[in-house]
Amino acid sequence: MADTTQGTGGLIYDKSKRAWPNEINIFIALILIIGVFEALGQILPYMQGQSFLFDTSGRFDSIFNEARLKIVILQVAIIGIIALGSTQVIISGGIDLSAGPLVGAAAMIVMSFAQTELVNGNPNPKAVFGLWAMDLPVIVPVLVGLAFGALIGAINGSLIAYTGIPPFIATLGMFLFARGISRWWTEGQPVSFPTEGFAALGSGMMPVFWFLALAVLFHVLLRYTLYGKRTYAIGSNEDAARMSGINVKRHKVLVYMIAAMLAAFAAVVLSSKNLTAQAGMGQFYELYAIAMAVIGGVSLTGGRGSIPGTVLGAMVFGVIQSGFTYVKLDAYYQLMAMGMIIVGAVVLDKWRQQRGAKMG
Amino acid sequence: MSDMQTDIHSADHEHPHGNLGEVILETRGLTKHYGGVHALEDANFTLRKGEHVAIMGDNGAGKSTFVRQITGVEQRTRGDIYFDGQPVHFAGPLEAREAGIEAVFQTLALADDLDVADNLFLGREKTKWNWLGPFRFLDYKAMRQDTIAALEKTAVKIPNIRNTIQNMSGGQRQCVAIARTATFHSKLTIMDEPTAALGVQETAQVENIIRTLKEAGEPLILISHNMRQVMDTCDRIVVFRRGRICANIDITGGDVTGEEVVSYITGAKTQPEYDVEGLT
Repeated sequence: MADTTQGTGGLIYDKSKRAWPNEINIFIALILIIGVFEALGQILPYMQGQSFLFDTSGRFDSIFNEARLKIVILQVAIIGIIALGSTQVIISGGIDLSAGPLVGAAAMIVMSFAQTELVNGNPNPKAVFGLWAMDLPVIVPVLVGLAFGALIGAINGSLIAYTGIPPFIATLGMFLFARGISRWWTEGQPVSFPTEGFAALGSGMMPVFWFLALAVLFHVLLRYTLYGKRTYAIGSNEDAARMSGINVKRHKVLVYMIAAMLAAFAAVVLSSKNLTAQAGMGQFYELYAIAMAVIGGVSLTGGRGSIPGTVLGAMVFGVIQSGFTYVKLDAYYQLMAMGMIIVGAVVLDKWRQQRGAKMG
Repeated sequence: MSDMQTDIHSADHEHPHGNLGEVILETRGLTKHYGGVHALEDANFTLRKGEHVAIMGDNGAGKSTFVRQITGVEQRTRGDIYFDGQPVHFAGPLEAREAGIEAVFQTLALADDLDVADNLFLGREKTKWNWLGPFRFLDYKAMRQDTIAALEKTAVKIPNIRNTIQNMSGGQRQCVAIARTATFHSKLTIMDEPTAALGVQETAQVENIIRTLKEAGEPLILISHNMRQVMDTCDRIVVFRRGRICANIDITGGDVTGEEVVSYITGAKTQPEYDVEGLT
């Protein structure tokens, strides 16, 4: 009990001694899943020894099956953009269910400002506005989309931050509201025939470019800026963040705005890629985006996860979808499997957390 | 404004510590009622710069209520609080902190998923490229250097400051919370039973930090049940009983015994100047 039983200091700051990053686990899981499909290709009699990702038959430039690789990443790129936003919302301790319908509504609005006047020499049969809205520079529909996203996000965030209702409820309301907007906009009619400039935004591999570029941007923002640190802090212990002087309410509004703007940008890319906007676009996208984040190690309790994790989660998602098609399983099995994988990922996260707590 | 200043000066010579600094905190007639419960009644309390005061008393004596009024966690029923020469009315703990009152509560305000440096600088992050607004970049290097310096001063043993708080022991967490107050040189530090849940060695570490604060001339209000700790680290003991202050004991002379203090806590004794009807 004497005063001399003091600590002896001994502070260690070891750069090399860092915790095993969770992203590596997801990467290993990704490789294992590819391996399973590779093996299934060899084992299943009707597959006739086809390979999932490799293709050496009569080719010398590469051993990879580029066509499938492209499809895998292309089909997750647009939902992946939404998942970047979902990741930030979930890290901050919230959830955003409105992203899918927001994609539909934003696509309708954006496409209305991206239409071309003449289609094969005839007036645009799907024109929403008059001539003033025809053949606008490509920046106009993009900015309109982002502004719409920012507005929706600000409403989501303000409802959650200032009325204190659960994010689940606030964004569920917006889920229905935004789907209503997308149907009301043209009373269900599709909006089509964009300008060439707008069509270029989502053509070819452009969705993949946008996905990866935005992933890098938001990885930097989350990892190295005040915005990121406070997002983690709020998700980890909201009371502590508030007591420490962080303006939690304003920060939440910002997070939901960013997430909704990402969803709106996904709508830009998607409608550009499809050359049309339809009121039903984006169905289940919010759930797939959340699934990508959760598979990628983003904890639904907030405070943990990363953008690289979500990108890997999106890849796992794409590989599984593509793999199921490759082994010729029907789409309803895909849904069932996806459901199990999402629940499994959350269970794994829970175990990991409990183990971490015991070690302490 | 000027009236108040002279008021405080007139209070000066009534105080036993003429050699200590000027008054940093004064409460007059501070009262808190929860409905019909008189949790705190008419508390007159003075703290000078550089002074370490212990608040003792049984559970329910009004210690924590007193601290909650000062830190703005609750709003007082009646009375005045003067901090650093100004009458204050904190709407919340954040305002109190901005004014320079740093409190370490038993429930620690730490973010589990962040590392030591992040927690130390939570809400006060060092940044660069500030023109980027909310997206300005964190100056990790400066924060880590400051964290190492702060923790070296406190002699706290933490294996790796890049570990998240989640996996740390109670003592390590408590030390991180206290190191926060020591790092930012608050005008007044308040600790509410900082060692209640700690082991012997961890308690010693916390007491070491308290001594560092004393050497730096930083005032402290320490709520504690640990008589040895109070005798070792404080200049004065203020005893609360049934919502009222019943004793104000200078212990710098070393002639005050633990038994004497206990007799005030239990109600066997009351200092004459605090002997009001209804206390005993």
